[in-house]
Amino acid sequence: MLITRKAEFSASHVCAQSSLTLEQNRELYGLAANPNGHGHNYVLEVTLEGDPDPATGMVFDLKQLKEIIQKAVIEPMDHRFLNYEVPPFDKVVPTVENVAAEIWNRLQPSFNGGRARLQNVRLYETEDLYVDYAGDRQ
Amino acid sequence: MMRVTRRYKFAASHRLHSERFSGSENQELYGKCNNPHGHGHDYILEVSVAGPLDPVSGQVVNVSTLDHLVASRVIHDFDHKYMNADVREFQELVPTSENILHVIEERLAAHWHSAFPGGGPHLEAIGLRETARNSFELRAS
Repeated sequence: MLITRKAEFSASHVCAQSSLTLEQNRELYGLAANPNGHGHNYVLEVTLEGDPDPATGMVFDLKQLKEIIQKAVIEPMDHRFLNYEVPPFDKVVPTVENVAAEIWNRLQPSFNGGRARLQNVRLYETEDLYVDYAGDRQ
Repeated sequence: MMRVTRRYKFAASHRLHSERFSGSENQELYGKCNNPHGHGHDYILEVSVAGPLDPVSGQVVNVSTLDHLVASRVIHDFDHKYMNADVREFQELVPTSENILHVIEERLAAHWHSAFPGGGPHLEAIGLRETARNSFELRAS
């Protein structure tokens, strides 16, 4: 069974590589290359997969899932400028793809060996653009 | 592997009617959608692509390239059009959401390699929401 918990955070970012010129970055990242940054209301959907515990009737305690997401993602990223305040985005370009992968990496250790496994991370940068990431599995 | 989905919108009208059936059979099969003068929807199109995450750019797909492909091959021809009359494929084919998905897949596939030369992501799925209550998804072949 799959269960999905949603969370939101607002953050700013710049998508640019320091080794490229402004023109090259604009070509690659469009408006997102603006050097002073801009922001989004990110929406995160975290999906777990597992069998419900026969005693509790739950795949995973949703209160606990909320706290895990809060500590691993929302507290460090909400109302932050990702490039300046949230490593590794001082070195890694905070595209929606990289932010989704980073969120996966931050959440995954909390679901090692339990009843439920982390099945998917979906990150909406805007209503019109989102990424699904399920780890390195093909 | 990572999947990136981009959402687009177009407003279009259509009429569901097949020459293979009689008037009453069409009425029976397609109901209100068989109204002779057609009707329209605000369609929401979701295009999902999948591929490896480029470690340097941090991208699976250049979204502007995908936007340009979808805008030039689909949105430009569909938006604010009467599909039965204005979109070439629907002069033969009934513009059900299922058929619209097939036509969009064919159009994107035909121009995919020129849009993404040297590999790039593959088209994984196309979703179409006709109304808030009806949605369709095609896994790309």
